Amino acid sequence: MMSRTMTGAKMVVQALKDQGVEVVFGYPGGAVLPIYDEIFQQNEIRHILVRHEQGAVHMAEGYARSTGKPGVVLVTSGPGATNAVTGLTDALLDSIPLVVLSGQVPTFMIGTDGFQEADTIGITRPCTKHNWLVKDTDKLADTIHQAFHVATSGRPGPVLIDIPKDVQFATGTYIQAREARTAHYQPKVKGDLDAITRLVELIETAERPVFYTGGGVINSGVGASQLLRELVDATGFPITSTLMGLGAYPASGKSWLGMLGMHGLYEANLAMHGCDLMINIGARFDDRITGRIADFSPRSKKAHIDIDPSSINKVIPVDIPIVGDVGHVLEDLLKVWKARGRKVNKDGLARWWTQIEEWKARKCLTYKPSDTAIKPQYALERLEALTRGRDRYITTEVGQHQMWAAQFLHFDAPNRWMTSGGLGTMGYGLPASIGVQIAHPDALVINVAGEASWLMNMQEMGTAMQFRAPVKQFILNNERLGMVRQWQQLLHGERYSHSWSESLPDFVKLAEAFGCKGIRCEDPAKLDDAIQEMLDYDGPVIFDCLVERHENCFPMIPSGKPHNEMLLGDASTEGAIQAGGAVLV
Amino acid sequence: MSALNIKKGSSSHSAYDLRDPHSQVVETHTLAVLVDNEAGVLARVIGLFSGRGYNIESLTVAEVDHKGHRSRITVVTRGTPSVIEQIKAQLGRLVPVHEVHDLTVDGPSVERELGLLKVVASGDKRIESLRLAEIFRASVVDSTLESFVFEITGTPDKIDAFADLMRPLGLAEVARTGVAALSRGFA
Repeated sequence: MMSRTMTGAKMVVQALKDQGVEVVFGYPGGAVLPIYDEIFQQNEIRHILVRHEQGAVHMAEGYARSTGKPGVVLVTSGPGATNAVTGLTDALLDSIPLVVLSGQVPTFMIGTDGFQEADTIGITRPCTKHNWLVKDTDKLADTIHQAFHVATSGRPGPVLIDIPKDVQFATGTYIQAREARTAHYQPKVKGDLDAITRLVELIETAERPVFYTGGGVINSGVGASQLLRELVDATGFPITSTLMGLGAYPASGKSWLGMLGMHGLYEANLAMHGCDLMINIGARFDDRITGRIADFSPRSKKAHIDIDPSSINKVIPVDIPIVGDVGHVLEDLLKVWKARGRKVNKDGLARWWTQIEEWKARKCLTYKPSDTAIKPQYALERLEALTRGRDRYITTEVGQHQMWAAQFLHFDAPNRWMTSGGLGTMGYGLPASIGVQIAHPDALVINVAGEASWLMNMQEMGTAMQFRAPVKQFILNNERLGMVRQWQQLLHGERYSHSWSESLPDFVKLAEAFGCKGIRCEDPAKLDDAIQEMLDYDGPVIFDCLVERHENCFPMIPSGKPHNEMLLGDASTEGAIQAGGAVLV
Repeated sequence: MSALNIKKGSSSHSAYDLRDPHSQVVETHTLAVLVDNEAGVLARVIGLFSGRGYNIESLTVAEVDHKGHRSRITVVTRGTPSVIEQIKAQLGRLVPVHEVHDLTVDGPSVERELGLLKVVASGDKRIESLRLAEIFRASVVDSTLESFVFEITGTPDKIDAFADLMRPLGLAEVARTGVAALSRGFA
């Protein structure tokens, strides 16, 4: 029988063990030394020493998104905590469960501007789902257990616990997870049956239905993705997904339209625009999805399944709101639909698919091939072809390469695609790939990157080397901030203000400096061999793929335009975006 | 709307279905928010309003249940119907928030505010201020030969009206508590 009296530092480690935590991503410092002392004296929890706290949080995000379990981070006070802020905000916007533990100056020094003191609770209040300052060791275990409960219940998100150093040294009584106070936070998971039945009635008669799914399906667990597949295949309705939801329905599935939104597929966006029934499952009508609100899918009835009541009617008013967990709601929806005779409007649906096939025939992802330069789209097509069938996880940075990856890589399972959707955090992909690899040591983990984003957290290659995480850094190097350059071309009179990458490092030499493998390729004819060399290498690789510098990412819905005014690759972009659109991001 | 199920109390009697959700008419609503009385809870609520660009016209907070560590925040806010619904939903998802009541649509309610007004005057003006205070059932809680401090309780409108009358008579300072409100009846 374990003694229930222990120091706060020991409690932290004990509570993490009781929560089933296997890995902590962290960086030590003065205010967390007692906790690091406890970590030193045990072997159950693995600690991954990062090179920068932002890296720790993104690693924990990669870990969480690829496993469905909460990611855990340990940082010191002051700069340790402030460096974690970008990652916390990223996790908040993408609804990723994280538990971040930060050290704090001793309670009696709080407010004195002590060394490495920051108002961590104040700073992180708007970028966490909830946070706690623990001033009493007796409350520490309860708070940590509550934190895991809050991070993973309802709409998941990051939480932070700020632990002053004297609280870590003092002794108190440990309590188990089941004794912790969690009753006050129990978000509703079952959807309203009347609303579900009203949705089934619309499903039975709709002529032009479309499923629009998002990260909520992934967050609801593997079971939710299974139910979604069953529903989509049984109804025969077309399905599109946001950037966050890729993989919930397999890209190889017959009803798959591809991603929607600003850089989504022509057929997906036109289906959204022309549908008569839109069924939003775990997505949030983000501005990258809707385009101009006033012209968003003007003739459709809209249903919205979301676990967060504040998502409903926030941007787009809907006809059938259903608050609940995607898995639970889909289970009930299928039950009701089957019980009423599995009806769909077959004739309407056949006409709808004929229309969709016409849109698909536009082949919106077509690009001009080249014998002399590697087109970024071609690089991703080859990466897809050479890794198909592998146990593969993809992370990305943010920008053009991210959109191309979403268009050209295909995901047949959830939790295989980790990308910064809501916040758009450059520097996310490299650390996230390490977090994924730590969770799945034998899998193939590739970070599809742009050279500019990749440089933002490249110090984490040291972490990859130290912990033998054989992550493949596939850098589409156009020596440009590609998406910024594209917008400057379309919106700002081709004045390319600070959007090229000067003084880039030699990535092969950089790889050698870190002790890993570097590969450079600029010849399309040699690309396959080079990618194969990357895949075959047993260890981290930095792959410098020099691509066409001025390729633009299409299709594109220009800012301030509705779905049916997309730009395709071969279209003239002259005057495509008007002054009104230029103020939008 | 039952399906929306914003935290208990806020929506079961909500007139959400009755109001036009697309209306651009700006309404004033009084919300009662029951929260755990823990450190930072007020900052969370205020931060939500400022971070998302909502208005606060008046805000009061005090612990109302010492044993249960519950505080009641009464906030008067303005917005279109969809903004008001969004405010309620955003408040409802804060972890320490237990209940959100929209007293403006949930049914009849009473609202009261307390004001302290210092009037510096002599002669006729002094007498007139005292006479008006009687009409408004304001009481004198401090007096010197040149000044009064009046205490007045009522709706914000009533305090506005009283202050407007005192201004030409020598109103020197005003302190107001903000609105406290409760629903009528025993529901």
